Amino acid sequence: MDNSLLAPGHRACAGCAMPTTIRLVLDAAGPNTIVVSPTGCLEVTTTPFPESAWCVPWLHSLFENQSAVASGVEVMLKRRGKDTNVVIIGGDGSTFDIGMGSNSGMFERGHKVLYVCYDNEAYMNTGVQRSGSTPFCVHTTTTPYGSQSQGNPRPKKDMPAIALAHRVPYVATASVAYPVDLRRKVKRALEINGPSYIQVNAPCITGWTFDAGTMIELARLAVESGLWPLLEYEKGELVGVKKIRRPKPVEEYLKLQGRYKHLFKKPECADMLSQIKDMAEANMAKYGLVD
Amino acid sequence: MSNNTANMKVVEGSYAVAHAVMCCRPDVISAYPITPQTHIVENLSQMVANGELDSEFLTVDSEFSALSVLVGVCAAGGRGYSSTTSQGLALMYEVLYNVSGLRMPLVMNVANRAMGAPLNIWNDQQDSIGARDVGWIQIYAENVQEAVDATLQAYKIAEDREIRTPVMVCMDGFVLTHVYEPVELLDKEKAREFLPDFKPEHILDPARPMTFGAFADPSTYTEFRYQQFEAQLKALSKIEEVARQFEESFGRYYGGLLDGYFLDDAEIVIVTLGSVVGTVKDAIDAMRSEGKKVGLLKIRSYRPFPVQALRKALKDAAVIAVMEKDVAIGGEAGLVTDLKAAFYSSSRTPIIGFAAGLGGRDITIKDIRKIVEKAEAARKGDLSEFEFLALRKEIL
Repeated sequence: MDNSLLAPGHRACAGCAMPTTIRLVLDAAGPNTIVVSPTGCLEVTTTPFPESAWCVPWLHSLFENQSAVASGVEVMLKRRGKDTNVVIIGGDGSTFDIGMGSNSGMFERGHKVLYVCYDNEAYMNTGVQRSGSTPFCVHTTTTPYGSQSQGNPRPKKDMPAIALAHRVPYVATASVAYPVDLRRKVKRALEINGPSYIQVNAPCITGWTFDAGTMIELARLAVESGLWPLLEYEKGELVGVKKIRRPKPVEEYLKLQGRYKHLFKKPECADMLSQIKDMAEANMAKYGLVD
Repeated sequence: MSNNTANMKVVEGSYAVAHAVMCCRPDVISAYPITPQTHIVENLSQMVANGELDSEFLTVDSEFSALSVLVGVCAAGGRGYSSTTSQGLALMYEVLYNVSGLRMPLVMNVANRAMGAPLNIWNDQQDSIGARDVGWIQIYAENVQEAVDATLQAYKIAEDREIRTPVMVCMDGFVLTHVYEPVELLDKEKAREFLPDFKPEHILDPARPMTFGAFADPSTYTEFRYQQFEAQLKALSKIEEVARQFEESFGRYYGGLLDGYFLDDAEIVIVTLGSVVGTVKDAIDAMRSEGKKVGLLKIRSYRPFPVQALRKALKDAAVIAVMEKDVAIGGEAGLVTDLKAAFYSSSRTPIIGFAAGLGGRDITIKDIRKIVEKAEAARKGDLSEFEFLALRKEIL
């Protein structure tokens, strides 16, 4: 990664999965790529004027219009006869929530754009508030644990299913802990003549609170516990499932993170913990994660 | 105005403007339907469908996305066009600032309409006047011909390297968008000579990677705004220059920043903008025949606000009466507030303001006579600073 298209010197936190994810994505996409990013951690850590960490053309407009902006870029490149990759890289806040309208528009119009969501499961840039991607029971600053609350009361929104419902021809989940898999998926997505969507599990040290050295281990445990299945869909069909060789109990994944701390300290949270186990088991059964 | 009527055609205002847009050769048109803008984009869709216009037409999910698409188009080196009104313009609000801040020379026709609530699809100018501070140039058209001509001029102003500022061409909804009147449609070849192809300095290009839309902290943000501010001031002379170039090519001129009617010896001057100018001219004709020294000043460029030109044009007025189709709820209204600010340090001429024609209510010659009566009273010291014209007190 010495010739990474995301230069060192950006201002992301030590232990953040986002820059590692972006470097893997750009490594696979190559220099003939234009990136569109919404507002978020990625934007503020890589582009403090007059500096920029981007070695490919990069465009930021607003928090919720990335898909419309990328549509415009793609249409114009096509008109100019240019065969350049157009890649959106955005967080879960802009992807799952505020940008949903323009995401839907871009998916439905069928632009040849790869959408990569680095999913850290909350509004991290504004200080760890709940997003539509925040999992069940997670403590955030707007779904805090308290005497009347066990954290986020709702499960995570199923964004890949929303993409699939738009007949997006390539939809995949990936993880920063599985770089070969992520790179392969990016390459495959860029071969597709139409929109594609890849959602990458990207732990946030500030919002999840874990030891910086354990970021990759944590992301791997998300997969191995069954909470983050690595899936791949082409034309609506499930064509790829990453098998788990050594399944791990969800507690191993949850215990490393401050955002789940209350589940292990408070007896009234025991039921919540068993519901999270049920979610992991349901994934294992649904996708046949374990042979 | 030109006396050449040979090429006149009676067409709907929206068609005439769509035809003008065609002559501007946008690479991409992106729009969302909203009354009374719809006929403009329907006509453009048909032109694309018929192969008359070589543009990409993107049907999008909202006005917010319509303008956002054009951010991408412009960054990738294309000429973009959109059109909207009222609620649609409000939904674009965040993108309006973004487009001007990114110095993207987009052009948009605003088919002026009232803002809800209460819901109202008829004409006034609360929508664009409310967006006066977003960094776009705003040009107001009196009639369909002016809207047509201003659309072509708008791209030339916006794309000038010294200006690089987006332009709204404002035309009253229904009154101008849906009216059939004789118009001289633009000649395609002449338009091409007048407006060359768009060649931006900086585009998204993997051969020369650049970062667009970086964030600016307190040490640099002010200077970005200052440069936009300076560009708008430069646009004052550019708007005039382009209007004169247009006159040379097409033979029509309506004033660059503003225009007058019986202004030279006028004691009472009505200042307004948009299609109501025609009614005011009729009222002035009637009052002049009665010996009243009433004149009109029409604002063509509201942003940039032509302070010096206004001071010069209104220096001999005894009373300035501003009539506008907007209201700044809790304040007065856009134009009258701006005029008072422009004159505060240079003149003691009384300035009185009227909110009129809101939500499509007709402004009649009788209403304009009422304004002149109020102006005469103000001249004698009975100053009513701001009021709603033709208010129906009986239903309050």
